[in-house]
Amino acid sequence: MLTKPKDRKELLINGFLWAAAFLAVAILVFILGYIILKGMGHVDLEFLTQKPRKMGSEGGIFPIIIGTVYFVFLTILTAAPLGVGTAIYLNEYTREGKITRIIRFGTELLAGIPSIIFGLFGYAFFVVLLHDYTQGWSLVSGALTATCMILPTLVRASEEALKTVPRSYREGSLALGANKWQTIYKVVLPSALPGILTGIILSIGRAICETAALLLTLGGSLLMPESIFHGARTLSMHLYMVAMETGNMDVAFGTGVVLIAIILLINFTANYAIKKLVARNR
Amino acid sequence: MKKLNKPCRISQLSDKIAKPLLFGMALTAFSITVLIAFFIFQQGLPVLGEYGIWNILTGKSWRPTEGIYGILPMIAGTFYVTFLALAIGVPFGLATAVFLAELATEKTARIIRPAIELLAGIPSVIYGLFGMVVINEAMRFIEREILAGVLPPEYRWGYSILSGGMVLAIMILPTIINISEDAIRAVPRSYKEGALALGSSHIQTILQVILPSAKSGIISAVILAMGRALGETMALIMVIGNVPMLPRHGILSLFAPAATLTGTIALEMGYAGPEHRAALFMIGVVLFCIIALLNSFAMAATRRGVGK
Repeated sequence: MLTKPKDRKELLINGFLWAAAFLAVAILVFILGYIILKGMGHVDLEFLTQKPRKMGSEGGIFPIIIGTVYFVFLTILTAAPLGVGTAIYLNEYTREGKITRIIRFGTELLAGIPSIIFGLFGYAFFVVLLHDYTQGWSLVSGALTATCMILPTLVRASEEALKTVPRSYREGSLALGANKWQTIYKVVLPSALPGILTGIILSIGRAICETAALLLTLGGSLLMPESIFHGARTLSMHLYMVAMETGNMDVAFGTGVVLIAIILLINFTANYAIKKLVARNR
Repeated sequence: MKKLNKPCRISQLSDKIAKPLLFGMALTAFSITVLIAFFIFQQGLPVLGEYGIWNILTGKSWRPTEGIYGILPMIAGTFYVTFLALAIGVPFGLATAVFLAELATEKTARIIRPAIELLAGIPSVIYGLFGMVVINEAMRFIEREILAGVLPPEYRWGYSILSGGMVLAIMILPTIINISEDAIRAVPRSYKEGALALGSSHIQTILQVILPSAKSGIISAVILAMGRALGETMALIMVIGNVPMLPRHGILSLFAPAATLTGTIALEMGYAGPEHRAALFMIGVVLFCIIALLNSFAMAATRRGVGK
């Protein structure tokens, strides 16, 4: 048997490890629970369908929900083809070499850049320099900035998905006389699609979470966005602006509840998709 | 024969177009990085040149309306909060990672892992809101009721470096946990089996064999977490008070309000005039350089890990 003091020390460390893991879960539950409990009472049909009044400190968040939907849709519309295209090029058309290494290095670097830097870039490039095309602070400028931010996630997820497609599929297709593009379009992409979709769902989550870069590019208008060339604000931005500028915490918590509901939905969908994928690949 | 020819030509054409088109996409993805660096530096460097790098980096006051651009308080604020977050988050995260990799049963891990994933997916404004209402309220109580006698009057608003550090520590947990867990799992089974066969207990094996072998992975986890902490903007704006002043009360500075590099940019871009705006881009340049330096450390660390 072990000697006593050693035993006690080991028990202590063991306890610390257990405590740390459960504290991590407890913190999550506490944060989410606190915000949901505080904000739940404020979320009703009126809150979800009315226009905001008095800079958002009263009224609902309908235009903000619509603005968020527009923004996410526009972001994915530009980011998905670019990300998937880059992944196809890297995985299908080139061998590991100098070019792929440079491109991959570039996209990896992108992943480490703080979002406020993306905001500065988006401001200087999309809002100011391309003003004639984006109309300054607008959904277009915000979505293009967010596209740059989620690109690394998308490229990596799509590449992983493409790598899981067995070589034999490609060989079989080529042997039947299909050319390279036909093989990719009709054989490789359909088999990689679930993985790519999971990547896209996760990117949507990231776009919804983003705030700092959008403060400098999206405009923050409370009005219903009339077109993609008008300003808007997303739920995250609204939460921040209401909490910091008007001080009405009820609206901030209510917005927080809606935001958390969306994030939970996205997380569950992604997890479900991943589980399906694992089950299929087995 | 003719009928068959037509679809063939289309598919041949698309096959020919596909490669350059996809290459163009890949090139766009790459060139975004270059464009970002170009624009930040193009806008920010003039101010850096005009006022002198040294004056700006060591200047103690930031008064943009008077043309005084010293960013030392923001650099200090950023690093205080970051190191505080690492001091709290790294032991905590590492312990969780060890638990998940070594102690947890499949069933327990199935509860904890999704929770960590969710922690990573929560928007930073939610953490900010929580910190602003819950943590800062608690801080205000401590500052006004418990430490009222020792603290200078300007440290009694709840907005503080300590609040920022705590919020940030929670936010970097997923990064630390996920990467260290991978590193711990990558330690060859034979190491562990050897140690256990020699009579060490499980905890001894973890402390003396597994953790040292996973060292390089754990270091890169810490560096990545640090990058995340340095770049965090929104949650900190909401809890830290945004006062660009150097704290100078020793350990009591934990209760001082402060400002960060990122937060200053986010808060002031909205109303800044042309020169002030350029100065904010200059802060962007400084931030960019710090992150680039950190990333090169991370790359060196991983390379050494691979080499070993």
